[in-house]
Amino acid sequence: MSVNTAMIEKYRNDFLKEVEENVEEGHWVKMCMQCGVCSGSCPFGPHWEHPPQEIFMMIRAGKRDEVLGSESMWMCTSCYNCIVRCPRELPITHIMHGLANYAHRLGLAPKMNPTRRFAKIFWDNIAKTGRVNELGLSLNLYFMDGFGSGVKKATAMAGVGVGMLRTKRLNPFALVRHKGVQNPKEFQSLLKKAKEVEDRRKGLAG
Amino acid sequence: MTDAVATNETILVVGGGISGLTAALETAECGKNVILIEKNPSVGGRVSQLYKYFPKLCRPSCGQEINYRRLKANKRVRVLTMAEVVNIKGAAGDYTVGVSIRPRYVNENCTSCGACAEVVSAEIDDPFNYNMKKIKAAYLPHNMAYPQRYVLDPSIVGPEEGERAKAACKYDAIELDMQEQALELKAGAIIWATGWKPYDAAKIQPYGYDRFPNVVTSVEFERMMDPFGPTGGRMLRPSDGKEARNIAFIQCAGSRDRNHLKHCSRICCMATLKQSTYLQEQYGDDSEAQATIYYIDIRAIDRFEDFYKKVQADPKVRFVKSKVANITEDRDTHDVFLHGVNTEGYHRYDNTHDLCVLAVGMEPSVRAEQINGNVAGDASGFIEMHEANGAIFGAGCASNALDVNRAVQSATAAALRAIQVVNRVAGAEV
Repeated sequence: MSVNTAMIEKYRNDFLKEVEENVEEGHWVKMCMQCGVCSGSCPFGPHWEHPPQEIFMMIRAGKRDEVLGSESMWMCTSCYNCIVRCPRELPITHIMHGLANYAHRLGLAPKMNPTRRFAKIFWDNIAKTGRVNELGLSLNLYFMDGFGSGVKKATAMAGVGVGMLRTKRLNPFALVRHKGVQNPKEFQSLLKKAKEVEDRRKGLAG
Repeated sequence: MTDAVATNETILVVGGGISGLTAALETAECGKNVILIEKNPSVGGRVSQLYKYFPKLCRPSCGQEINYRRLKANKRVRVLTMAEVVNIKGAAGDYTVGVSIRPRYVNENCTSCGACAEVVSAEIDDPFNYNMKKIKAAYLPHNMAYPQRYVLDPSIVGPEEGERAKAACKYDAIELDMQEQALELKAGAIIWATGWKPYDAAKIQPYGYDRFPNVVTSVEFERMMDPFGPTGGRMLRPSDGKEARNIAFIQCAGSRDRNHLKHCSRICCMATLKQSTYLQEQYGDDSEAQATIYYIDIRAIDRFEDFYKKVQADPKVRFVKSKVANITEDRDTHDVFLHGVNTEGYHRYDNTHDLCVLAVGMEPSVRAEQINGNVAGDASGFIEMHEANGAIFGAGCASNALDVNRAVQSATAAALRAIQVVNRVAGAEV
């Protein structure tokens, strides 16, 4: 490889293209003019490793591993401040979720990221019967970091739990018997169909 | 007033700002008959509201004086003030334009002695100073007004104040029974030079122009520098009248933003760079005086680059590459806090300033599609060249966001196009 082609390879930006093709709303990334209003407007701003406008620049700079392995886009709380203020109307919130979803699909998302783990627990829970099993969800969430911390968290939340029991918001027997949707078979085939449609749209079919 | 004689060889110029004045004078000095109509009581437009021009930092009044001399010397231009176009009928080479003239209540006998203003007690907001100041309801629009003639606000044209003003006038110049007039003017070509207005800063919600007294617009800041302006030529905070030393400038306030104006207003970068030099002028070497310019990118093109370099070298001026996210204020001191991220290094800031100046964008005073139903405009409402426009030619800021220099060039170009039309009309009649 000559020096020239080596340099071309070094600076070839496949990652922007990859994002455009695979990430939901990813085609907007190239429209960013780096004004910084999104980063300045984010209520979680100081806690992000890379705020949105920095992530857009990193995508354009081809920093694939740093972006997809980042905790940053998992920080988004969907407050929509950035979308409202972006002078170029980039759907920044959606791009953040799109990037997180893409990283997760590729298995590159940080394994221990709490947002990702909660999302996974929530999905597995609701996808089983079509209705959230509150008891199962809370216990899974509290005990996701081990038994000791689980007991601690559950004890701290006991008051809320009792309140929910009293107002019949929590079924104490849900671990034994949880009432799902009326037609679970139809619900499962609906999910399957939705996944097919999504995969086809994102070019993941087959 | 009504003795304006117009034929289809007459050129009608709508708007008496720097573009309209230029177009009217250039066409008249080429031997064409021109009627210049202006909505306000005085010609001069927004240029007369400027303290200094960029990049030479000279006063606009001297160039205006030359233009007014040309205007006085030229018998081919008829100036109608307080006049507005109501409708346009006909086609290129043969237009009939309906014009409505608001009553001034002061006739041509006025010597602008000011005796009427002395006896009138009612006060009104001064539009020349963006309503930052009160003036008597019998007033001269501003010191450089042309024509130099007083105006009576309709609110005092009643039995008491009006009669008092009339009695005070030694020249029989006040006519309280003056009525609105409707004219029909013939014209071969129309030069549309209605200029621009500052974007409504209150619409930029995160910047709090409508909530925080110490957030002002660039046009208001410009008026503060005028010795005859609302603050007597000093940079005083609207909240407490104290001198503002630590001043923030926010660029692209409304411009280049799909939520507001899509276009780049072109003048704001240079206007802010110019206004940052006012600190040196006002405070000399006082090290506390500091301008901070928050920008996305500085668009100082061609020869303006030199001006930009000079300002960059000024220790009083600091540049922060960032579109400010939002502004909050201290409820007791009314200091303003600017929040955002400096994209050079991604540093989060939370900066305190005495005063914040929004470099507001430019939008056309009259949108192209409002003119005659078939005048072509771009997405922002600026007039575009189009066959369907017939002989209606956009000039100056009615056609684009332009600085004074380019507005004058645009007006001269429009003058030439209008002359071609009336020459054709004249040829056809021979």
